[in-house]
Amino acid sequence: MKYFEVFEIPPALALDPRDLEKRFYALSRKLHPDLRRNPADRAEAEEATAVLNDAYRSLKDPIQRAEYVLKHHGFDIGEQGTKNVPPELLEEMFELNLMLEEMQEGTACSLGPWVEVSDKLNQIDEELKTRFSEWDAGHQHETLGAIRGILNRRKYITNLIAKANVSDRI
Amino acid sequence: MFQIEFDNDRVVGIDLGTTNSLVASMEAGRPEVIVGEDGDKLVPSVVSLSPAGDLIVGNRARQELIDHPDRTIYSVKRLMGRGIADVQEEIKLFPFHIAPDSESVIRVQLGERTFTPPEISAFILRQLRKNAEARLDAPVTKAVITVPAYFNDAQRQATRDAGRIAGLEVLRLVNEPTAAALAYGLDKRKEGIIAVYDLGGGTFDISILKLHDGIFEVLATHGDTHLGGDDIDNRLLRIALEDIQSEWNDDLSQTGEAVQTLRRDVIRAKEALSFQPVATVEFTWHGKHYHREITRELFEGLIQDIVDRTLGPCRACMKDAGVTPEQIDEVVLVGGSTRIPMVRSAVEVLFRARPHTELNPDEVVALGAAVQAGILSGSVENQLLLDVTPLSLGIETAGGVVSKIIHRNSTIPASATESFTTGIDGQTNVLIHVVQGEREMAKDCRSLLRFDLKDIAPMPAGMPRIEVRFLIDANGILNVTARDARTGKEQSMDVQPSYGLSLEETEAMIDDALAHGDEDLQAAEVATARVEADRILLAIDKAKKTDAWGALSDSERDRITGAVRQLQSVYHGTDHHAITASIEALNEITRGLAENMMNTAVNTALKGVKV
Repeated sequence: MKYFEVFEIPPALALDPRDLEKRFYALSRKLHPDLRRNPADRAEAEEATAVLNDAYRSLKDPIQRAEYVLKHHGFDIGEQGTKNVPPELLEEMFELNLMLEEMQEGTACSLGPWVEVSDKLNQIDEELKTRFSEWDAGHQHETLGAIRGILNRRKYITNLIAKANVSDRI
Repeated sequence: MFQIEFDNDRVVGIDLGTTNSLVASMEAGRPEVIVGEDGDKLVPSVVSLSPAGDLIVGNRARQELIDHPDRTIYSVKRLMGRGIADVQEEIKLFPFHIAPDSESVIRVQLGERTFTPPEISAFILRQLRKNAEARLDAPVTKAVITVPAYFNDAQRQATRDAGRIAGLEVLRLVNEPTAAALAYGLDKRKEGIIAVYDLGGGTFDISILKLHDGIFEVLATHGDTHLGGDDIDNRLLRIALEDIQSEWNDDLSQTGEAVQTLRRDVIRAKEALSFQPVATVEFTWHGKHYHREITRELFEGLIQDIVDRTLGPCRACMKDAGVTPEQIDEVVLVGGSTRIPMVRSAVEVLFRARPHTELNPDEVVALGAAVQAGILSGSVENQLLLDVTPLSLGIETAGGVVSKIIHRNSTIPASATESFTTGIDGQTNVLIHVVQGEREMAKDCRSLLRFDLKDIAPMPAGMPRIEVRFLIDANGILNVTARDARTGKEQSMDVQPSYGLSLEETEAMIDDALAHGDEDLQAAEVATARVEADRILLAIDKAKKTDAWGALSDSERDRITGAVRQLQSVYHGTDHHAITASIEALNEITRGLAENMMNTAVNTALKGVKV
């Protein structure tokens, strides 16, 4: 996978952000057009740096990193990826939605629903972490399927939060 | 041949500000602001066309603001890269006279002539260039120019166009807050998070950077390109005009000369209020006097909401950067408006850190631009700037919805590749609309350009595959290329920018500036040629004292002496072509001499080595 190659590391979902940052700074010094004395090299350097920056952006964030790996393995991660939703997820989301609506209308104590939502997010992120290590160990295709499912749930919840516009009030 | 003895062209750093502009360069490893011929470091960003047809820039033009308000323009930066619909508000408050033919590009009327905002900015740049050449005693052809971090693509392009019209190769556009961080970063901490709060004459920027061993990585930037000291001035001005109307029963708001005089007077009072608790606006008009005391308390009540408007972007910027106020190690203040005590305390409260004010807030951006110029020319080592794009880039899809392809705060250069195809059998072109902004609907974003992928071979719908590559370069400017993914051939397209000058228009303006022999430019070229001539004449004087000169034949020496005389005869003329031609001739004739000298130098050097 190109973005991992840019950083000269094997494909992995669990990455040490400090190591990635260190590599990013070192590669920036090596590739950046500003440090090329010969103007003729600069276009090429700009192109290489753009790829480095794109790769860093994708790999730095764990969710984007997982999406990149999923996409590479043939999973559909666009909005269509959320089409096949299991009924229990729909139900869960329906409840959450209701809670957030009450919260917005001020009919419920605003702390309660928020604690519940953030607990759910934390739980999801823990699950992701476990699955990331699992995939790194054996590169099993089923693991990626499971990760995709978790990411869908996560996306639902974050969309709900964005819609309820509570993220600014926290 | 003698050119090898001299430095490369100097690269200067320019702060092209709303109110004032400055030029700086690296001197012995430190950035220094260059003083102009009038002894002032600041060149007011004011341009005036005298009734005799001369262009006046800077301090002298500021007086013209009062004497000839209809022939003088200030704060032109507010018009850069904008369309006529964007500036309706400014036209109400500023004495801009917009010419009737201002559809895609605004044209400003100065007396009987019209100019685009990039042309007016180019006059300011030319003045700065002149100041730098006089001070450095060398031609200046390359520059780094700063722009507000929150400037969009069109505003950046307009700035680059201004540089080109002024005869400068713009090596880089640098964001102003980032430049300020560079200026402060010299000899400073190795690691840390820095917030730069930049409230200038017309724009507000906030940037949060991570510093790591000489790398300045911008984490996020936010801002408002319509917020600054001008807004404060306009408030004070409005109050004074209302006072005067009720006291004198006279509406002066339509009298350009009176408004400009009063503006100058309220600005004086505003500036005084930064250092004292009470200031007075004193204004005299046709024998009548207006006098009003303004306390700092009243002033602060008046500008409270303007100061508050800067805090939202600051919070959003911290959120985007993923940092809390506690994590911010240092805060840097930039822009004249940060001298206002209320602004300082608001920043202190928000970031919970005492802001840096060691460097002059008017100069810090130009100093940083000079540092970036040093990085690009190799004289500053070990430092590197990694900046971001302030606004998301998107394309309009079905129903007018925007699909974002490069998100805001992405490190630049940044790129994205998108595939396009046809929707109808036999379709031969695809029209794509590129926008910039955060809103979901294209109509709420800033239209950047439309491009037409054309001459697509007719095929069933969905069969063609055209890959379009969007690259936001290190200047924050978008470059688009397209290729047919099946054949790998470059795809032809027509690009129509939504605002600003087309490439052809810019070229025409550069030609115009060259041909119409704007005298300034003419003089600058003669000066440049003379500097070159001085170099070679000096080199020949030196050469005459060496063995290599003696080794030449009499006829060779005569030819050189003749060519020197030829150069001296055209030296004081005003035709720079003649000077350049004589320099070239002399260079050609002295080639043998130069080679001899080089050989002698090499031999001497070798002799010096003890084996």
